[in-house]
Amino acid sequence: MNRRSLVDVLIVLAVVALFAVPLLLDGGTSEYGGTDAAVTEDLEAAGYTPWFDSLFSPVGEVESGLFALQAAIGGMVLGYVLGRLRGRRLTQETGDAAA
Amino acid sequence: MHIAEGFLPAPHAVGWTVAAAPFVVHGARAVVKEVRENPESTLLLGAAGAFTFVLSAIKLPSVTGSSSHPTGTGAGAILFRPPVMALLGTVVLLFQALLLAHGGLTTLGANAFAFAVVGPWAGYGGYRLTRGLGGGLLPGVFVGMVLADLATYVTTSLQLALAFPDASTGLAGAAAKFLGVFAVTQIPLAIGEGLLGVLLFRVLTVNARPELERLGLLSPAPVTASGGAA
Repeated sequence: MNRRSLVDVLIVLAVVALFAVPLLLDGGTSEYGGTDAAVTEDLEAAGYTPWFDSLFSPVGEVESGLFALQAAIGGMVLGYVLGRLRGRRLTQETGDAAA
Repeated sequence: MHIAEGFLPAPHAVGWTVAAAPFVVHGARAVVKEVRENPESTLLLGAAGAFTFVLSAIKLPSVTGSSSHPTGTGAGAILFRPPVMALLGTVVLLFQALLLAHGGLTTLGANAFAFAVVGPWAGYGGYRLTRGLGGGLLPGVFVGMVLADLATYVTTSLQLALAFPDASTGLAGAAAKFLGVFAVTQIPLAIGEGLLGVLLFRVLTVNARPELERLGLLSPAPVTASGGAA
């Protein structure tokens, strides 16, 4: 493994550790609720009633599916672009070498 | 950072929509102009939008025992300047408001202002400052991505404080309360986002060098330097 890929791998590991270590240290005592929801619960407890409802609210597992879809679309496009850019560079390099 | 549907009083909802709209319109024109004048930018624009799409979909745990999501808006702001992200960020928010009941149409203006306007500008500012002080591309990207993320959540906290000042401690008290919910949780996420940004730009510096040079992020390398960077 060359130095460049080693640095890439270390960065990925650092990101994973950044989120995994707090989870492990926590030992299951926290609920990890979303901060967005924490605020709405706070405001509703203080007596605020929302005056408009979402036109469409996915129920249950449909919501996590749609979030996964969002990430999948993003990941697909990102992967496609990076793959094309890499392919372009490789083609150019072999072209240069042949010339 | 999504203020939920119907959770901003109508005057605030209207006010933030009016405030965000010119940025989004300007951003849409910036995207069209970029694609028209530099068609080869389309790929990277897609990457910038996709990066925000992925990161804002992923909820991550934080040291505070709650979870939140990164924003990913810094990358596009650094590549193409912030106006472009005003449009791309708002598209992401619209997707989430319509399909995921995350955020909302009445709060789209406020959320766009935080996520697609303030965040990208703060990130871009942090990037430029780092470069101006002599920092390299990757340190600049790290600072920019972290700041874009944090500034978004700080803005959301202030928007909520403006709408719901505390009965006894007023605006400052409410701001402290909302910052307590959002900002602290966000710190590790912002750092993680900064690292992912560095990873993305490490890939781009190798594979999209001509684009980065044209966009002014890298200065053209001497002709003999091929091979070493790969």
